[in-house]
Amino acid sequence: MAIHSPANRLWWNERIEKQELIWILVAFVWGLIMFFAMIYWHIAGEQNLSNESYRVDPETYAETVESFTETYQVREEGDTGIPVVHPPAGSDIYMIARLWEWYPILELEKDKTYRLHLSSQDWQHGFSLQPSNINIQVHPGYELVVTITPDQAGEYSVVCNEFCGIGHHNMLGRIYVTD
Amino acid sequence: MSAQTEFRTCPKTGLKVHLAAEKLIKANAVVAIVFLAIGGLFGLLVALTRWPAVHLLPDNLFYLALTAHGADVLLFWILFFEMALLYFCSAILLNCRLAMPKLGWVGFWLMIVGALLANIAVLQGNSSVMFTSYVPMQAAPHFYLGLILFAVGALIGCVLFFATLVIAKEEKTYEGSIPLVTFAALTAAIIAIFTIVSGAIILVPTFFWSLGIIQHIDPLVYKLIWWGMGHSSQQINVSAQVGVWYAIAALVLGAKPLSEKVSRMAFLMYILFLQLACAHHLLVEPGLSSEWKIFNTSYAMYLAVLGSMIHGMTVPGAIEAAQRRRGFTNGVFEWLRKAPWGNPAFSGMFISLVLFGFLGGISGVMMGTEQLNIIVHNTLYVPGHFHGTVVAGTTLAFMAITYPVLELIFQKELMFPKLAKWQPYVFGLGVAGISLFMMGAGTLGVARRHWDITFADATLSFEYPPMALAMLGLNGLSAVLAAAGGIMFIMVAVGTVFFGKSLKETSEVQATPEGVAAATSYGSETHLQLPGTIVLISVFFIAFVLYYFINWKYLATVWPMS
Ligand code: HEM
Ligand SMILES: [Cu+2]
Repeated sequence: MAIHSPANRLWWNERIEKQELIWILVAFVWGLIMFFAMIYWHIAGEQNLSNESYRVDPETYAETVESFTETYQVREEGDTGIPVVHPPAGSDIYMIARLWEWYPILELEKDKTYRLHLSSQDWQHGFSLQPSNINIQVHPGYELVVTITPDQAGEYSVVCNEFCGIGHHNMLGRIYVTD
Repeated sequence: MSAQTEFRTCPKTGLKVHLAAEKLIKANAVVAIVFLAIGGLFGLLVALTRWPAVHLLPDNLFYLALTAHGADVLLFWILFFEMALLYFCSAILLNCRLAMPKLGWVGFWLMIVGALLANIAVLQGNSSVMFTSYVPMQAAPHFYLGLILFAVGALIGCVLFFATLVIAKEEKTYEGSIPLVTFAALTAAIIAIFTIVSGAIILVPTFFWSLGIIQHIDPLVYKLIWWGMGHSSQQINVSAQVGVWYAIAALVLGAKPLSEKVSRMAFLMYILFLQLACAHHLLVEPGLSSEWKIFNTSYAMYLAVLGSMIHGMTVPGAIEAAQRRRGFTNGVFEWLRKAPWGNPAFSGMFISLVLFGFLGGISGVMMGTEQLNIIVHNTLYVPGHFHGTVVAGTTLAFMAITYPVLELIFQKELMFPKLAKWQPYVFGLGVAGISLFMMGAGTLGVARRHWDITFADATLSFEYPPMALAMLGLNGLSAVLAAAGGIMFIMVAVGTVFFGKSLKETSEVQATPEGVAAATSYGSETHLQLPGTIVLISVFFIAFVLYYFINWKYLATVWPMS
């Protein structure tokens, strides 16, 4: 029994049952397949998280975002005072996470490619693009650059999904994708 | 004290029971259950708050309750119970005296002081940082101090475990190799050392940072090392829980592992391929390369997953073999139909096995795939997954082993046997619901650790699909069911410990429970037939493969990115 010492003192010489061996083999091969699936997707898949990131001082990043916003601002969102920014297709675009907002609102063009920069000014936040459902962790001090190609027009929201204090559930941002 | 008074002989199993070890086992188990009760209550409050129609707690109390829930159940309930298991698997199963029981009490009290300190910090309201306490968010210093003291106490428990193994070997209290269940505990204890060292490396500086002595802690480095502790402690849980599965199969059915070699190898894989599994918590983090992520998330080609998949076959296989030996040989599934489903130790163990594999296991491997993590990271899918592992799997297994422990160690007759009989089903169903519905909501994008997904007070507005809200309602209902199952467990356990009829007088010796000879070998049966187990693992495997590829398809629909 499993709660007693093995009855056969030379248990390592016991034969392994055929059923067990087959299952081990099946499970091992499945593990290999899953391992190579990740590599395959880097070659053939279209959704991979970028490896491009830099260390950045949070205040410097905030300044970059501010000047980006001033350059490309086209309007304000309703009466909220939040700037909406329409950067040129193919350009570098910026968003900053901070207690408790995603800033600014971006307006992008469908099927155009952008280099999206993400970082935080204070604590960790979670970039959760809905309803597309893309989720990326955002750290202070690290600037991630991910190349995105919005392939559907519409109104997208950025929910914060890393707990960031008492205003966490009010932290919403927006990305418009226009035709 | 003479050796005579230090030991008693268990009338049921014939094991020599060291009284000092027994006392420590009792104390740790009782305290564990108290923390389960407290933490479970917080869990219910959290679930009721996330049910949009109920939305019970205000925001600050919600985050407070969520922090307390995570710490009380994941750390305190599980680890106190694991201390009891370590003492049981060393001193009791090896017929040995426990090394340095006095030190065991030091560890015990350190853990209590630590757990209380952390709870006080959380309840005071300025440490709602979640049990992961990611920097730069800061908790009160005594929150970190509590966790550190608790970890030191747990480390002492592990040291006593190793020391007891050494004593048992020197005093030759057992013959040949240690039992498989003790081997499982050894696996857990070895991983625990790695875990506690990682914990110390990160929590001690964080403590100094909270005091203002250290200026800066890098958030990414914190997370990397924190999960060195956080993830490996889950591997401890898996080892302990699988050990419990084998133990219950042995106690209830006299089952013997199909092959000692295979089962021990599978445990060994947990140790060997554990090291940087923390990677799968960091798959969508900036600053780490894809190569690093892929290599480490798959624990080098999924060999630790392989370990679990092996146990997933050998545990039901051992049960089937034992049942067939007992004469339940008709058809494919007579052995399973005629299993002791009315015995909560067995039913709890088997439900734990099935739910762990189907809910916790499959979802865990899916989430831990580098790119697939993009569609689930930090959504409710994550708590959905680990309520399948650490609640439906570990917690239910620990509940199941508590029933025989109440009889063997506490020497009490179970109170409320009817309640006990139904308990694993009620709890299992409730937890399966929590797990599934949180995963469902997460698949629809709903964030975890979030007080209001209707965003009523936000400047902008956003609505999740109505289906997501329905999922949270169903999650709330399941939570009520799980809480009911939890209360049933606590009633039986606490009732039995304090008011149960003593079994000390009625000592009929029974070699193996249920009067059946233990299966010491299947060797004579040259062709071991396990058709039922083969059907079960085939169903599991097909579900696994299908679900895995469905999620790749889902990933392919989101915005192209690179
Ligand atoms: C009555 C039983 C339980 C219920 C109803 C329950 C429910 C929940 C709910 C609704 C959440 C919140 C998800 C979120 O908003 O992010 C949660 C989180 C969690 N639960 Fe449970 N749970 C129960 C038992 C347990 C047990 C026994 C454990 C561990 C052994 C556990 C471990 C956790 C952990 C670690 C978290 C994450 C906390 C965090 O995000 O910081 N739960 N639970
Ligand atoms: Cu946030």
